[in-house]
Amino acid sequence: MAKVSFNKAFCKSCGLCIGVCPKHIISISESEINSKGYFVAEVLEMDKCIGCAFCATMCPDCVIEVEK
Amino acid sequence: MAIVFEKPKMLTDKPTHYCPGCTHGLAHILTAKAIDKLNAKKVIGVAPVGCAVFAYEYFNCDMQEAAHGRAPAVATGIKRVIPDAIVFAYQGDGDLASIGMAEIVHAAARGENITVIFVNNAIYGMTGGQMAPTTMIGQKATTCQSGRDVALNGYPIHVSEMLSQLQGPCYIERVACYDVKHIKQAQKAIDKAFQNQVEGRGFSMIEILATCPTNWGMSPQDSLKYVEDVMCKVYPLGVYKDTTKEEA
Repeated sequence: MAKVSFNKAFCKSCGLCIGVCPKHIISISESEINSKGYFVAEVLEMDKCIGCAFCATMCPDCVIEVEK
Repeated sequence: MAIVFEKPKMLTDKPTHYCPGCTHGLAHILTAKAIDKLNAKKVIGVAPVGCAVFAYEYFNCDMQEAAHGRAPAVATGIKRVIPDAIVFAYQGDGDLASIGMAEIVHAAARGENITVIFVNNAIYGMTGGQMAPTTMIGQKATTCQSGRDVALNGYPIHVSEMLSQLQGPCYIERVACYDVKHIKQAQKAIDKAFQNQVEGRGFSMIEILATCPTNWGMSPQDSLKYVEDVMCKVYPLGVYKDTTKEEA
């Protein structure tokens, strides 16, 4: 069981995390906007996460923390 | 559950001002992680002029802002006065390869015991996407709108290749961060560059091929693809100089 958490205030909606996720579970939210005005990245099916930390490695803004 | 990935201690909690998808952030993280591993008592960074001008806000150590292009000269001064400190210069391509060309060449030739992180995105990012010395032939920029023309603008400068011809530098490598594998390779290169400084081996420079989605006019994803397909062909990745191997 792995868990990723997003520091949503830092997210800039660039989508680089989406491109590297091997399980394709990250998406850009269609409803949640942060204080900078960006639609934030989110994981809807957390139980599919394998904790590879590819998303966190790729994120240029250190938004993602991964626990495994 | 154990934490697999978290923010490096060497970065402050300030959100960066970089555009979405800009790999300057990755370069910051890789540098910060490398410094974290050293457990150094004193770390002093030198910030450039360019997109990374506010690097002093993001690194959780003493920082000095240098005049445009003069970061290696300032780093030289700091390192000579405080030899125990870990000193690094963080520069972009407009800063290092254009106005700061003299400083980087002479710092490298003197073999100063500093680490230089050189972020090459082949364009002037902060000022609005003008042609830089590293802009590739045929690449469009606001000051060469039909692509860089050799007859008019000459050839791009390959900084790593050029500096590796000097006798002074200890370690010069070009890395990219367009996927996870290459980010890990970049991390190893930057770790080694800082380790060289700790061991007093002399000048190390890591050139990171970075993206500029805003001024390239691409999405962040397409920019990464552009680095992989186009930039890596013009600027081949690899170790250009490594005197640590020759000694062994």
